Amino acid sequence: MPVPDTRRETVLELRVNNHPGVMSHVVGLFARRRYNVEAILCLPVDDGAQSDIWLLVNESDRLSQIISQVEKLADVRTVVRHAEDSCLFAGLRQQMYGGGELKESA
Amino acid sequence: MHHMNGAELTIALLERQGITTISGIPGGTNLPLYTALSHSKRIRHVLARHEQGAGFIAQGMARSTGQAAVCFATSGPGATNLLTAIADAKLDSTPIVCITGQVHSDMIGTDAFQEVDIYGMSIPITKHNFQVRSAAELLEVIPQAFELALSGRPGPVLVDIPKDVQTEILEFADWPVPGQATAIAPCNARALENAARMIAAAKRPILYLGGGVVSADAGDAACTLAENNDIPMVTTMMALGAIRSDHPLNLGMFGMHGSKKTNLLMQEADLLIVAGARFDDRATGKIAEFCPQANVIHIDIDASEIHKLRSAHIGVLGDVGEALTRLNDQLPQQSRPEWIDQAKEARRDTSTVVALTGKDQIRPFELIRDIAKHVGEQAFIATDVGQHQMWTAQHYPFCRSRHWLTSGGLGTMGFGLPTAIGAALANPDNPVVCFSGDGSFLMNIQELATLAQEQLNVKIILLDNQALGLVRQQQSLFYDNRLFASEFANAIDFVAIAKGFGIKAVSLKTNNDSMLAYTLRQPGPCLIHVPIDRREMVFPMVPPGAANTTMLEGECHACA
Repeated sequence: MPVPDTRRETVLELRVNNHPGVMSHVVGLFARRRYNVEAILCLPVDDGAQSDIWLLVNESDRLSQIISQVEKLADVRTVVRHAEDSCLFAGLRQQMYGGGELKESA
Repeated sequence: MHHMNGAELTIALLERQGITTISGIPGGTNLPLYTALSHSKRIRHVLARHEQGAGFIAQGMARSTGQAAVCFATSGPGATNLLTAIADAKLDSTPIVCITGQVHSDMIGTDAFQEVDIYGMSIPITKHNFQVRSAAELLEVIPQAFELALSGRPGPVLVDIPKDVQTEILEFADWPVPGQATAIAPCNARALENAARMIAAAKRPILYLGGGVVSADAGDAACTLAENNDIPMVTTMMALGAIRSDHPLNLGMFGMHGSKKTNLLMQEADLLIVAGARFDDRATGKIAEFCPQANVIHIDIDASEIHKLRSAHIGVLGDVGEALTRLNDQLPQQSRPEWIDQAKEARRDTSTVVALTGKDQIRPFELIRDIAKHVGEQAFIATDVGQHQMWTAQHYPFCRSRHWLTSGGLGTMGFGLPTAIGAALANPDNPVVCFSGDGSFLMNIQELATLAQEQLNVKIILLDNQALGLVRQQQSLFYDNRLFASEFANAIDFVAIAKGFGIKAVSLKTNNDSMLAYTLRQPGPCLIHVPIDRREMVFPMVPPGAANTTMLEGECHACA
């Protein structure tokens, strides 16, 4: 039985230049600085010239360091750190899986 | 309207950036670039013999001048061969722009001949990278590549250009403005006031200088702060040369192979003023026990370095030179006589003066000092990685910023020779000395051909112990003296090899200062082969993972 994760979750909201390599720049940074990303959402904005990326991550004392590394990426315009998941990922989970359980596929 | 293909545009944009030398190797996918380059009247091409050599030649130009330098490679193996030099540039914050050919856009993603995803591969080791999708994009990407390489904390940028983009014809009206370093935001005034107050209140402050002081050309400002306020200075390996070795307040290099008294004095500090440094583990030793009593003022241009490994009481974000100059303006003169007496005592450290052999034989530390005497203060000093590098760092009398060229963060064996070639290309009037070891030298020995072709004033001092000396040393000290895979069974005739490449070479088997002086005075390249005892070790040494207070010491035979 998995131990429930009691760590606080945080959502990072990134505005980035939209081009084919930008996701690997962002996600690769978290991977090589051994910081787990729990969930990702990415949508084009500004007629596709930019994208917004939302990352669901666990709080830790290394989060500030990761954020300052993300801010150094040339394609990242802004980083906003939200105190908690403002329904974004919880709502998505509800929408897709209903009540947190994976629906049986037909 | 201007009318040209993408390759011609790339070369024209590089000319407009002020580039005069490009190192590289042509291949299938960068041939349009090479054809365009062959028509350039402003850019000289230096043909390396391996793309890693081309990358380090660019580094030698960049490190010795502070300007961004360019190298070329073709797709696939050409591009992957660059990776080590790029990673090295990233860790030592060196501005290079690497331009790789890529297969035709339509073939990307099809496992085409000599196709690799160099864009994806270089993400973790570049400051930024691009894959160009049209000739028109070059007008933005090339200037941006230079701006990124040079701005803030410098670093490597890779630009991958598919072959069809190189041959695409473009018409355009206006040239873009060449890319250059963007202005740096001024340091926070309140942070500087607080820092000045903390310095004034400190009893035992130390100024800890890193490679950022070299990048920012802030050595003089650091010396002024030290002199006006009786603050001893220590340097990382990367900061050697930023301040003169003979400055009375310079306590030299600290850390794993730093001087013992300097490491011990640092433990007593009540304030560290860290300037352009990043608390690297080779410098700090076990960081939890590094300068435990000290408050920290951390000045850096990279916000992510402040609080990364050691939390700072005051973080100052900005140019190190500006920060130190403004601190100098705010601080009245202050004397700390007792602390300065302790610092002067630390300068009398002899823990690095270690040798197994007697005075009649060649001893590495004496050889290094003798060479410095012969080549003078104008010389650039490149090294490879290993024992010879540490001995040079410990004993060479550094006096100029940017004249010390060494692989710090990545510790890349094979760095020395091509980097020395790059420094000589960028500084044709200065002598260049490359200290190397037999292990390192073999890793880019093919660049002897480049050196012979260019006939540059590079003198290679090859300390040959027929071993991977620093590995052997660690096995000897920390692995029960179980020497495995660290000694070379077969002797190599390096003199014959150098001659085979067309490089003059001599072997220095006994102390012969006049022969050494004569050889160093000759124009053009030369290899000086120096056999040394493989049992020689670099001392003192902090065991990896230990605190800087734990130092193993060696002995010196007849050194008194």
